[in-house]
Parts: sequence; C-alpha cells; structure tokens
Amino acid sequence: MSQWLAMGGYGAYVWASFALTAAGLVWMSLAASRARRNWFRNEDEDQ
Amino acid sequence: MWTWFHRLASPPSFFRFADRLAPWVGGLGFVLLAIGWTWGLVYAPPDYQQGDAFRIIYVHVPAAALSLGLYTGMAIAGACALIWRMKLAEVVMLAMAPVGMVLTAVTLLTGMLWGKPMWGAWWVWDARLTAELVLLFLFLGVIVLGDAIEDPRRSARAAAWIAVVGIVNVPIVKFSVNWWNSLHQGATVLSFGKPAITVDMAIPLYICLLATALLAAHAVLRRAQVRLLQREARTQWVKALRAQELGALP
Amino acid sequence: MTRVQRYRLIGVVCVVAGLGVAALLASQAFRENLMYFYTPSDLLAAESVPDRRLRLGGMVEAGSVQRGEGLVVGFVVADCAQAVAVEYEGILPDLFREGQGIVAMGRWQTEAGGRFIADEVLAKHDENYMPPDLAEAMMSETGHACEPFKSAMEVSAVRRDAGAVNDR
Repeated sequence: MSQWLAMGGYGAYVWASFALTAAGLVWMSLAASRARRNWFRNEDEDQ
Repeated sequence: MWTWFHRLASPPSFFRFADRLAPWVGGLGFVLLAIGWTWGLVYAPPDYQQGDAFRIIYVHVPAAALSLGLYTGMAIAGACALIWRMKLAEVVMLAMAPVGMVLTAVTLLTGMLWGKPMWGAWWVWDARLTAELVLLFLFLGVIVLGDAIEDPRRSARAAAWIAVVGIVNVPIVKFSVNWWNSLHQGATVLSFGKPAITVDMAIPLYICLLATALLAAHAVLRRAQVRLLQREARTQWVKALRAQELGALP
Repeated sequence: MTRVQRYRLIGVVCVVAGLGVAALLASQAFRENLMYFYTPSDLLAAESVPDRRLRLGGMVEAGSVQRGEGLVVGFVVADCAQAVAVEYEGILPDLFREGQGIVAMGRWQTEAGGRFIADEVLAKHDENYMPPDLAEAMMSETGHACEPFKSAMEVSAVRRDAGAVNDR
C-alpha cells in the first residue's frame, strides 16, 4: 500500500496531478449544476 | 430529421432535452472516471521509461484532447451564431468557453507536474506548450467578451469572432510536435501506423477520455441551460417553468 | 439559406482562410525560431554558430557517458548523421541515460573540433508507452528513433546565405 502511494518516487507529482484534475472536474460539473438549480431562486439578482 | 433538429433548436425543447440528458451524462461520466482512474492507477503496468510517473497521462491527455475538442465545438457554434444568428448556437458557444478553459488549465498544470520529474523543467517555451497557453487566453477572451456588451446578442457575436478566428490555433497545438523540433513528445492516441501504447495501458486511457468528454458535455448542457434562462427570462415558458420549479422546491 | 446568410458564410470562411494562410506563412518564415533546438547536424553544417546560448537536441550516444569529478559529466549527443561532444556540470534529469533523447542548453565552442558546454539538460522522452518486460523484448540495436530530431538548418540554409553578407 505505501509502496503504491509512493508511485516509484513520483508520488508527489502523480497524486498532485490527479487531485488537481479531480478538483477541476468536480468544480466544472457542480458549478454548472448549481447555477441551473439556483437560477430560479436568484432570478431577481441576475436582472 | 430536420423537423427534429428545428424542434431541438427551440429554447424550451432544448431546455427539457438537456434536463433529461444531463443527469445521466454526468452520472455516467463520474462512474467511468472512477473506473478509469482506478484502472490506470492500480492495474495498468508502469512504463518502461517513466515508471509510475507516466500515469499522469490518464489525467493530462484526456484534458488536452477535450480542450481542443471543446475549442473546435465552440468555433463551429460561433460560426453558426454569426452566419444564421441562431440563439441556441450563441448560448452553446458561451457555455463551452468556461468548460474549455478549466480543461485547458488542467492540461497546463498536469503537464507541468509531468514535465518537472520527466524532462527536468516545469515549463519550456516550446511550440506546443506555448500554443496551448494561447488556447487558454482564447477561451478567456470568449468568456470576457461574451459578457462585455450590454446587449447579450451583440456581446455573443463579438465573442463568436474570437472563437472563429482562434480556430487557427487548434491545428498548431495538435501538429506542432510534428512540424517543429519540440521537447514535447508526439501524439500517442491519435497517431497513425505503429501502436504507440500497449493495450493494457490504452484501455484505461480511453475510459478516462470518454469520462472526461461526458463530464464536459454535462457541464456544457447545464451552463447552456442557465444562459438560455437568462436570455428568455421574460418569456412564457420560463415563467411557467419558474412557477413549476419553485412549487416543487421544499 | 438566404442571401445575407450566404454572404456571412463567405465572410467567415474568408477571414479564417486568410488567417490560416497568414499563420502558415509566418510559421514558414520563423521556422528556425519555432524549432525548440538545433541538432548536431545543424551545428556542424553551420559556417558560424552564433555566440549565444542555444539548445542542442539529440540522443545520448551509447557508451559515451563519462563521469568526472563531482557533478561533471561528458557525453556525446548524436542525431541520425552527426555527433558532438557535450560537457555539463549539474544534476541530470531522472530519464537521462544512454540512448535517451535530451535537449541541452548552453554555448557552442568551436575550438578543438567543437564542443557544447551545457548549463542545463532536459530529457526528451518518446510517445511510446509499454511495460518494462515488453520494452526489453522489443529493444532494437538502435534503441530509439532519431526522427524526432528535425534539422532546423535545412530550411534556413538559404536564409543564412542571404544574411551572411549583412553579418560581415
């Protein structure tokens, strides 16, 4: 397990890039969904 | 076929179509992403040259492919908006820009995290890297210009010109490694002839590609919906939808 | 399609085509600058290599790596046709090994047949990915392909000849 986490010494780079991509993709999806859901509630602010 | 197309191009039907499609596309995207990442991180063998560092390919290449794909889609939608003044094309074009910018940023950042351990440098001003950075600014330009003018339709058309003109950069990104000397390696996925990657490494890569494409499609659908609502706020169908939606909320 | 739409279509196509041609011409004119590095063939074929920092790209020739005192290392960088000696002092990237593609940043010194004094070495890996056991089975005598190292001088030779008069 710890050997797997080490990624042959490149753990920091591999995990950082996956974490960064996860953050990007999750934000991309959730922000879009949330915007659609909230629009009806915040309609007044938008105008 | 054409009646179906015209019906989809009308805002209310597109909105309902997106509502039905988006949850499935997004859900499937996340499921496939989990499968692809697990496969790539646990079961795929390490590379003969790069060892485990090569696994960054499973996030870097899908993001890069989609950044180019989204730009191409955005330019086509922009051209449709300019030529036919299609409201839906404007909306889709503007919805694609932020999604493409996120994926371009992910491409650049994961590329840096891959370049440092393998090449020995976070960043080099080589043709491919520079062209991808230009892509980021093109997306940014479309986002900014898309909301820069009071009249949303004029604003969208101004942004469409950037989108259309910037398409020149897409083949430069794609083929820079073939045309010029570059520190960046050539294409692995969309290359002809010899297989550049073995099957046990390629299958998770294709799964990750599909997953990223689905997630991007989901985000584009949702963002297009919001743009559509803003544009059509005063129309009957939005008012009806609003009543229905607020009534359904707890 | 109405007449107005047809005109707009032609307009969009013309703008994109015009820009495409402009980009193509610009990339031809600046081909040498767009090249990230020179190859050994480029350096040896040049009448005079500019005395400034430049990049040299090629493969580390098998059996050529010689470690000196401390971090000093000497090796030979080759493309498909030519080879030049490189001297470097510093930390090498993990991927640096014999048969590996590299890009070295430094100065060209013409004395004694020419040497490249590098102050930075980056590794250039290829686009092939495979498990170690398969790589071992497939390894050819040459190891790596030399095709990713394109000659920048080939194209710019004409330009250089034309510019040589002004230089002197």
